[in-house]
Amino acid sequence: MKVFIERSHEHKEVPASSVAELLKKLKLNPTAVLVVKNGKLVTENTKLKNTDDIKILSVISGG
Amino acid sequence: MVCKKCLENPAITLPNSNISLCKSCFFKYFERKVFKTIKDYKLIEQGEHIGVACSGGKDSTSVLYLIKKFSEKRKNITITALAVDEGIKGYRDTSLESLKKFCDKEKIPLHILSYKESFGKDLDSIVKKFPRPCSICGVFRRYLLNKGSKNLGFTKLATGHNLDDEAQSIMMNQFRSNMKVSARLGPITGIVKNKNFIPRIKPLYFLMEKEVAAYAFLKGFIDKYSECPHTNTSYRGNVRDFLYDFEAKFPGTKHNIVLSFLEILPLLKKNQEYKGSLNECEACGEPCSQKICQACTYVETVVKKI
Ligand code: SF4
Ligand SMILES: [Zn+2]
Ligand SMILES: [Zn+2]
Repeated sequence: MKVFIERSHEHKEVPASSVAELLKKLKLNPTAVLVVKNGKLVTENTKLKNTDDIKILSVISGG
Repeated sequence: MVCKKCLENPAITLPNSNISLCKSCFFKYFERKVFKTIKDYKLIEQGEHIGVACSGGKDSTSVLYLIKKFSEKRKNITITALAVDEGIKGYRDTSLESLKKFCDKEKIPLHILSYKESFGKDLDSIVKKFPRPCSICGVFRRYLLNKGSKNLGFTKLATGHNLDDEAQSIMMNQFRSNMKVSARLGPITGIVKNKNFIPRIKPLYFLMEKEVAAYAFLKGFIDKYSECPHTNTSYRGNVRDFLYDFEAKFPGTKHNIVLSFLEILPLLKKNQEYKGSLNECEACGEPCSQKICQACTYVETVVKKI
């Protein structure tokens, strides 16, 4: 699925069946990010499909 | 607290628990927690004029919104937003733009104080000579917030500090043996009552950064992530990364740091009361511990040399 990581402005194509698995693959700390699936905020155990559009937001403020 | 939607459409799992909430249940949970902090620690009382230190970011915008909501159910509480414009192109100009829009929409008066007008130079010019400006920037910001609060007649100044910020500060002071500074932490600050120093309050004290980010996102407060271009890998940044790492491995760490700190805070404050004397700066009259305050010193030694 398409993944956009906002903080680093990276677009990636990563297959994953759940949010938790996706974060693991991307080596992202789940307590430090919000995951937005098709525009909606979702939890870690949310299932993912290949057609989903994922945005990952950092919870840390910048400065 | 859990409803049908929480089960079908959860938006966030609460920290240190396996409770997941939908958007509207999360709003209730979040707001209840903030209002409880305000009441338990008497952060805001009848007849007060509360200033809110705003940057346009997620934390302070949430605080501004929630203090307004809190005050709507009560009489006699005035709110004013106070922002500092450091003069950082591509960062603060855009965040202040969204803050202005927000204040317009919420009908909250907004005052902006700039480094350029107050100290003679904006941060972008200071950076050209001093590439690591965070210490100057921090001193100038605190100075303007306190001075502005007095000029505008605030009884207290609310800030967007959350539980993560507090846990970081506690650990930093611990690691550097800086208990004098720790004595000034807590949900409401000000060890020595001094009319020259406006007390600071932190309504988001018991909410984690992730929860605040989720709240701001769900409320639509933040549209784009932005980061100060001058930020450096500070000591705080290191402590923050370390705590994030630890929290992921041992959930509850940050809460425990803050809760155990609150147990010893009264002792710390008491201990510092005897030592802590607050002078007035001979040049500007702001509170300081030496003869001349840090802001005036930086103006002389840095800004005037640019
Ligand atoms: S990151 Fe440093 S320079 Fe940028 S606003 Fe914060 S303190 Fe100022
Ligand atoms: Zn619900
Ligand atoms: Zn001074």
